[in-house]
Order: sequence, then C-alpha cells, then structure tokens
Amino acid sequence: MAARTLVQKIWDAHIVAEFGDGLDLLHIDRHLIHDLSGPASLGKLAERGLPVRSPELTFAMPDHTVSTAVGRTDADTRAGRMLVPALRERTHAEGIRLFDLDDPEQGIVHVVGPELGLTLPGVTVVCGDSHTCTHGGLGALGWGIGSSDLTHVLATQTIVQRRPKQMRVICSGRLGTGVEPKDLVLHLIGEHGADGAAGFAVEYAGSAIDSMPVEGRMTLCNLAIEFGAKIGIVAPDDATFDYVAGRRYAPAGALWELALASWRELASDADAAFDREIEIDAAAVSPQITWGTSPAHTMALDGEIPDPESAQVPAARLARSKALGHMGLNAGDRLLGVPVQHVFIGSCANSRISDLQTAAQIVRGRRVAQGVRAWVVPGSQAVRREAEELGLDRVFTAAGFQWREPGCSMCLGVNEELVPPGERCVATSNRNFVGRQGPGARTHLAGVATAAAAAIAGRIADPRQLAREPADG
Amino acid sequence: MDSFTSVQGAAIPLQVPDIDTDVITPIKRVMEGAEAITQYAFEPLRYTPDGALNPDCPLNQDAYRDAPILLAGANFACGSSRETAVWAIRALGIRCIIAPSFGDIFFDSCFENGLLPIALAQADVDALAAHAGAGEFRVDLERRQITSPTGETVPFTVNPVQREALLSGRDSIERTLGREDEIADFQQRDRELRPWVYELAHV
Repeated sequence: MAARTLVQKIWDAHIVAEFGDGLDLLHIDRHLIHDLSGPASLGKLAERGLPVRSPELTFAMPDHTVSTAVGRTDADTRAGRMLVPALRERTHAEGIRLFDLDDPEQGIVHVVGPELGLTLPGVTVVCGDSHTCTHGGLGALGWGIGSSDLTHVLATQTIVQRRPKQMRVICSGRLGTGVEPKDLVLHLIGEHGADGAAGFAVEYAGSAIDSMPVEGRMTLCNLAIEFGAKIGIVAPDDATFDYVAGRRYAPAGALWELALASWRELASDADAAFDREIEIDAAAVSPQITWGTSPAHTMALDGEIPDPESAQVPAARLARSKALGHMGLNAGDRLLGVPVQHVFIGSCANSRISDLQTAAQIVRGRRVAQGVRAWVVPGSQAVRREAEELGLDRVFTAAGFQWREPGCSMCLGVNEELVPPGERCVATSNRNFVGRQGPGARTHLAGVATAAAAAIAGRIADPRQLAREPADG
Repeated sequence: MDSFTSVQGAAIPLQVPDIDTDVITPIKRVMEGAEAITQYAFEPLRYTPDGALNPDCPLNQDAYRDAPILLAGANFACGSSRETAVWAIRALGIRCIIAPSFGDIFFDSCFENGLLPIALAQADVDALAAHAGAGEFRVDLERRQITSPTGETVPFTVNPVQREALLSGRDSIERTLGREDEIADFQQRDRELRPWVYELAHV
C-alpha cells in the first residue's frame, strides 16, 4: 500500500462508501451535541419522521448558551431558556446521553469529550461547532459541521466528506520559558494567514510537539480552524496514551491492550507525501497577542502594530485599517501599556487544568487592578473540582478574579456574558471577530499568562516581566 | 432543497478578505430568529454603528439589488460553523458565490442549501469584479462556466457528486438513507476490528 499520512489512515479506516472524485461516505464514531446547534437539527430529524441512527455514539451537553454564574440555572439567559429545555427533551426522547447542567461531568464539549475518554486516538468526532478540531490533540480526526450535516449524522451516523489536502507543520526546537502553545499557533496564523490552511487537514509534528503536554496539543489543534483548516491533529504517543488511560469511558483491561496496539500504528508513514509543509522554529516564538479582528492580526507582545500598508493584497490593507479603527488603535502603536477593562480566562482553547495552573502562577499573591473585571471560567466541572482541590480557586478569588461555573461564557456573545461596546478585553479564547464578544467589543487574543498579567496590571503587560517582580504574599 | 442549474444577473463586488460567519450572521441576530438573520445579514458591513444602512456597502446599493451572484474576498465565511450564514445569503437572493477561497465548513454547507460556491484564483475574481455593475453575469452549472457582461467565459471546477446534488436538488440525507445496508455492514465489520469504539463501559 502507498505511504499514507496519519489523516489518510484514519480517514480510510472510516470509509463506508466511495463516491469517487475524492468524496467519501465516512462513519462517525463520536457525535457531540450542544445546546446552540443541537436542538434545531434534532427537531429537523423529528419533522422528517426519522430516528437517531446511533444514539449510543451520540453525547450531548449544554455549554454555549448557559450562564456561568455560580448558582446558575438554565433560566438565567434568554438563549438558555429557549434551547436547554429543548436539548433535554429531545435527547431524552432519542435515548442520547445528556450531561446536563447539574451533571458532575458538564462542561464545554471540547473539554469534556477528551476528559471522559469519549474522544480516543483514531476515532472520528464531529460536532456542530467549528472548534471540534480540538480533539485532534489526542490523535482523533475531529471537525466541525453545519446544521445540515448535523442532521445527516443524526440520521445515518455517517457524513459525506471531501478528502482534504494534506499539510504538515513541523515545529522544531522547544518553546521557551513562559511561551505557550497558544503563542505558537497564533504566531503560525499570523505568519501564514487565516486562510493559510484552507482546504487542508493539518498535522503538527516535530520536537516541540513531541515534548508538548497533551492539553497543549489540544490548544494547538483548537486553533487549526483559525488557520483555515477544519482538521488539526497530532500523532498519538505515550503521552497521549497516559492521558487516555483510566478515563471514564476509555477502554480498560483486554480492550485497552487491543486498542493500544492499534493506536501505536497511528502515525504518518516516513515517506508519506504532504501537499504542503511549513517549518517553524518553536524556540524563536515569543508571547503573542492580536491587535485586530482576525486571528491573523497577530504580533509579538512586545512589538509594534504593523502598518496596514505592509499587507500584500490591497483589499487586506483596507481590512487591516478598518480593524485598527474598530480596535481604537494605530499602526506603530505598542500594545504593552494599553489599558484593559476585562480579562477572560476560559473557552475550549484554554480552560484546562494546566491553563489554570499557568494563570495561578502569575496571579498568586497579587491583586487584580482596580476597574478590571477578571473572570476564570473552568472548562468543565472536572477541571473546576481539580482546581479547587489544588487551591487554585482561592488564588484567583483572593486576587479579585471571579471563579465561575463551566461554559463557553465570554468567548461568544450568546449567553449575556458580554464585553460592552468600546471596552477592551484580553481573552484566552480563539476569535477576535467583530462583535464576537458583543457589539463593539474590542478583543485581544493571547495566552493564559498574558491574560493573567493584564488583569494584574490593568493594562496589557508582559507576564515574563511580572514573573520577575516579587508578589505581596 | 432548491435545485440549481444556472443563474443570470448582477454580481455584487464585496472583496473584503476574511469575512467571517460572525459578521454574516451576528449571534445576537441568530437568536432573534429568521427575520432578523436576514434583515441584519452582514450587519457590521451593511449598517453604521448608529443602526442606519451604510450606503457605501455594495450590498445596499441599487445597482446590486436582488443580484444573484456575490464576488467575495479570500477566506469567505471562515470561522463558526453556523449554517445561518448560508441561510442569510440565500434569503438575500444570492445563489452563487465566487471567491478565491472559502471557510471549509461553509463551503460544504452551501451544497445542502442550493447555493453554489466557486473557488477561482484571486486574479480571476478581480477580473470579474472589474465588470461588476456593467451588466449581467451568467453562471452555468451544467457547463461549469461563468460568462461576464462582456461575453468573456471563465471555466470553473466543482466536485461532480456535489454538482449532481445541486442539479437534482436532492439533499444528501435522502441519498445516504438508501445506503443503510452498507452502514450496518461497516459497523458490524468495524466492531470486530475496533470493539472499544462501540463498547463504552459506563454509558
């Protein structure tokens, strides 16, 4: 058999039928459903008089529309009142396992799937959410789908898909101290554009990935879609298998041994052909932050905003100067020192336990600056419990952060957790689109340490500098 | 689903790169329902911050009223998977989008909604846009060909299966349901190979 990439191997193992011309019918091993996109498609299916084909491979949880306030209910937001009861009724009627708002495993789908061992190396995972690429961090083939495909998966447990082109991003060296996977991927998107990988599936490889913890790989894969790729993936290795072992729904005993033998085959062949390869020296990447309204509008945290005229395409120059207008910034400005009113640590990009540990290191013994609303929104109830066992919640609350319940929160303005017009937020989420955090909101995407440092300083600040200054206590 | 064979009419030049689906259908409008989704499609571009229609936006200009074709910038409809972006564009009367590249999720969703996305080189889109406002364009899916107001023709490629789906107007659920035997066979074989995928101990 010809040499194949990791993506091609997983793809081939899921082909139910080939239509020719690169279009295949693929089996879906895990279908994750949430409150925002799930109820409408479940409704469409019922309208057509069709049952859910494989409810035992389908898992649901509310995350997008719910409040993350402590003591919340599904009645706290307008969208939640509309959608959470509908999700509950329809999943119950179809026999789909729901991790409801009061379930000890509730959380953001892309945090909970891996955490419960629902996501496994080599499986196909889809969800009506573009950040389903996150699951590639475990060596799963995950991608986001629209409503029509969602209904199709519910009805048939399969999907019609075009074979993507293959890209490999080789990250050599190691990330420097205080530099996060988020910085690496923002740098990649900044260098190659928000459509740098449009039409491709992206495999991240190289020594910086080999040495990267699994949660960091999920962050890296989470932003594949911001790079234009529906799919991002890292070949599973011993670190992955250690992460998966013992998870609630992961195989155990003899099944584990069988699975492990199969998972060890999941790597691109040495002579596999990629349509495109990009190399990055991870050691040269510094903390990054976005200055505009696309994840490609990225710069070094201690740099200056580039001149829109430096863009190659004329239309991009106009888009960049409009972005600066929206952000209330000018070319040549430094972002260090720019005052912020909000800090959001959370989202499917950066809300796992290692993210909260990184943030706590910066926050411990310090105070949130006056006038800053700073939130930590753990990605799941499990993350929240573990953080509390480690005492991280007290680190955050003592500093003046709000310690909240799991959900998508300030990543997207559908749950009334918004940034007011004209105000500035440093966010660990993945989208700085116009209106994403609310109409007129100004979003700067960054890593966890940079977000934490902004909360303490009340302005955009370098966490490496803060780390050198003594904390109070 | 509406079938698609050809469209003829004006083409709207909206060549801003990286227009994301949060711009096409802001989440606030998504939650307000179908009417708001259409009325506020492309809200940050079509409306000024005080809520007035922005006369500088081609989508608001008389020359392009009811135009069935959109000439868009690179990476059109990137970002969120929300299919409301497709529905809003259809509701504006647009049946075909020509751009240098698309958000992948949006691209596939188009074919489920009678909307034809065509990827052409930036220079080809620019050349077509140079004639926007100068008359009618024609997009012919059967012949896979775009004709500009000056009579120039530009060929395009489209996946044959997706083309057939648009021409017939049959949605993919209908087609796949006819393959239930193959799906059941796959699951049976796969269960032998990868039992851990199907046997979840704690469900």
